[in-house]
Amino acid sequence: MSETTTTPDTVRVPAPATIEAPADRIRRLRIGGVMLVFALIGLGLAIFTKSGQATFQLVSGDLQNNLLGVPAQGTALLLGILGLVAAVAYVLRRVPQRYSGWLAAVLGICFIGAFLCWAAAGKTFPLANQFQGTLNFATPLILGALAGVLCERAGVINIAIEGQFLVGAFTAAVVASTTDSAAAALVAAALTGVAMAWLLAVFSIKYLVNQVVLGVVLVVFASGVTGYLFDQFLQEDASLNTPEVLSAVKIPGLGDIPFIGPILFQQTVLVYLTYIAVAVVTFMLFQTRWGLRVRAVGEHPKAADTVGIKVKRVRYSAVLWAGVLAGLGGAFFTVGFAGSFNKDMTAGNGFIALAALIMGRWHPIGAMVAALFFGFATQLQSQLQVIQTPIPGELLLMAPYLATVIAVAGLVGRVRAPKADGEPYVTE
Amino acid sequence: MSNDTVTEPAPAPAPEAPAKKQRGGLPSWAVQGLVSLSAIVLALVVGAILIIVGDDQVKTAMGYFGAAPMDTISAAATAVGEAYKALAVGALGGLDPIAESLTQATPLICGGLAVSLAFRTGLFNIGAQGQLIVGAILAGYVGFAWHLPPVLHLVLAVIAGLIGGAIWGGIVGVLKARTGAHEVIVTIMLNYVAIYLLQWLLTTTAFKRPGREDPISPVVDANAQFPQFGDTRLHLGFILALLAAVFVWWLLNRSTVGFELRAVGANADASRTAGMSVGRAYTIAMVVAGALAGLAGAQQVLGTDLPLTDGVAASVGFDAITVALLGRGTPLGTVLAGLLFGALNAGGLQMQLQTQTPLTLTTVLQAVIVLFVAAPALVRSVVRFLPKERGVGAVLAKGWNG
Repeated sequence: MSETTTTPDTVRVPAPATIEAPADRIRRLRIGGVMLVFALIGLGLAIFTKSGQATFQLVSGDLQNNLLGVPAQGTALLLGILGLVAAVAYVLRRVPQRYSGWLAAVLGICFIGAFLCWAAAGKTFPLANQFQGTLNFATPLILGALAGVLCERAGVINIAIEGQFLVGAFTAAVVASTTDSAAAALVAAALTGVAMAWLLAVFSIKYLVNQVVLGVVLVVFASGVTGYLFDQFLQEDASLNTPEVLSAVKIPGLGDIPFIGPILFQQTVLVYLTYIAVAVVTFMLFQTRWGLRVRAVGEHPKAADTVGIKVKRVRYSAVLWAGVLAGLGGAFFTVGFAGSFNKDMTAGNGFIALAALIMGRWHPIGAMVAALFFGFATQLQSQLQVIQTPIPGELLLMAPYLATVIAVAGLVGRVRAPKADGEPYVTE
Repeated sequence: MSNDTVTEPAPAPAPEAPAKKQRGGLPSWAVQGLVSLSAIVLALVVGAILIIVGDDQVKTAMGYFGAAPMDTISAAATAVGEAYKALAVGALGGLDPIAESLTQATPLICGGLAVSLAFRTGLFNIGAQGQLIVGAILAGYVGFAWHLPPVLHLVLAVIAGLIGGAIWGGIVGVLKARTGAHEVIVTIMLNYVAIYLLQWLLTTTAFKRPGREDPISPVVDANAQFPQFGDTRLHLGFILALLAAVFVWWLLNRSTVGFELRAVGANADASRTAGMSVGRAYTIAMVVAGALAGLAGAQQVLGTDLPLTDGVAASVGFDAITVALLGRGTPLGTVLAGLLFGALNAGGLQMQLQTQTPLTLTTVLQAVIVLFVAAPALVRSVVRFLPKERGVGAVLAKGWNG
């Protein structure tokens, strides 16, 4: 009966550029409204900015040289007005449709800039640290979100990223401590990530367990197992939990670029692997036959099956490869950053990665941008505590989560999951 | 997301197989009970393996396994036996352990009901944690900041908790109903917003205990505390939890609203066609579910913890999900599952004290139990004689677009 309900095919006349569908109009006004609110908040901040210099530190640890001083209020006002112009231009449809996304980006940058001027008026803001920290926080998020993209594009919901992080972090710490080999630690972390992914795959693809339920349970399971092993072994024998943190490797040439170089190209291997992973996942998903198949089984498994694609096999491969990425993401928490493992040390980052994936609209690049935004907000929180602003850090920590709620509520753009995401495929 | 379904009705689900009477087989509740029981036994086996792996004596005996293999086996048996004995005695061995088990079960039951009720409406409420926290914030605030006569104070504090949870759950329901925002994502995010909200509030003068720098509020007034049974930690909140279960049973099985909730949960499109408001059902379900989780928060802060701290929710909100899954979305099942997990928690503490087996083992046990319950096919592949279960599992097999 459902086949008959599709609307009759109408001959589509290419509409003139100025006409928009009512639904698009509502969406534009809704998003525009949100943008206007942000622009006005930014302008408000600018008006209340103290006069004096806002100083931005461009090289971390260097308080004497390489400082960028700007008049705080003037700059904030300038940025605030620019943001407002962008928001108004969006609402009034002053730029062609395809460039309207740039207006939102301009507003976002202006808003953050005005905010920083407001916060740093009369003080020194460590800008280099800010970006450095952003990348540190974002790296595992990017890897986790990429893992999520692979799974969900293939039609398997992955809420268990947090669990994969935990086992990856645990294994990396233990293997690095016992073998003194960073490579072995990363490989082991990737393999345990795959092991968790295998559980996810078997239970969701073979035993058809509801994938949201499964993800939640796997997180509890991973938290329990790593916690138990930590209590039983790592607590008793501390030598198992003293991994050496990966050392930063400077890329010749690129690492010497002023400002950007030290931030992007004097990093650990894991960060470089993350850059590569973003590129590889994007290429694999959208340029290769395998990627086409992954997307096909995620959107319409029956159609894919009809043309001879092995739906379950493709799903297995996507989920297991995702396990590699998530396991590496987990390794970042121990060997990439903090060193020793601690119980539940991933602290909900797996769920933020999930949020990044949704904010990024199930696209690797989008997920990366969202992860960077979340990393930026987290780092900003600790920076603002250092320079003492009246904004409580907890409220800033909420920002990524609130932003995700706003995003999925459809206020900011269209968020659509792969059609068959979360639906097990059963051959008839 | 759901806006699309308005204009273009989703394909109707395949007509359900006519509800045949089970021919000669066991009634479905018995089958479910057997599956749950098998899951618990299998989980204990997994736990036993973990205990053996972690035991020092077994490790030593393994060193000369070739010479005396029986030593390893007996050491393993002793380790497992002692740990599980401590677990059982800690959970059920006497009045005090039982009271402790019931205390632990109290918020799990209410939280589990919050998840179950949403479940039956076709919603997956991962947000019990956040709803519980906001409930605890309001209940705690009324408890220590207001000063009222006995009874009235407790009643108002509990109501505040209900309202807090209902607001936090209601946001999810309204967003789902109006914009189609998927409840799983929204609830996960609101959990974090709630915990940061709590942490922030505990730094403000309104909430912070004078003279203390750590995040802790003043102790709740005696008038606002749940009366306790004897010298135990068990308090009146447990009775409230049972009453809440009866209420949820009545709501789901005896009221018109409950019928609509279950109808929407079974098939939202059919319910819409039949003239029910799906959005209204989602909103009601999440408001009531939130209030139930808020009640759990009130029980924690007014009955067990007394001051409000940032650890008030512990992991109750997440354990509640596993409780609801084990209870299969029914009020009675949720109560039983809550009691089981409460006993596991209470017994686990004793096990940790007496045999140094970490409490985290119970976390593993709970996860494995639910994993097996969620995959009856797997349990059946291990426990061959189990009869086949009908119509369970497929109910919630839908993704972000559902």
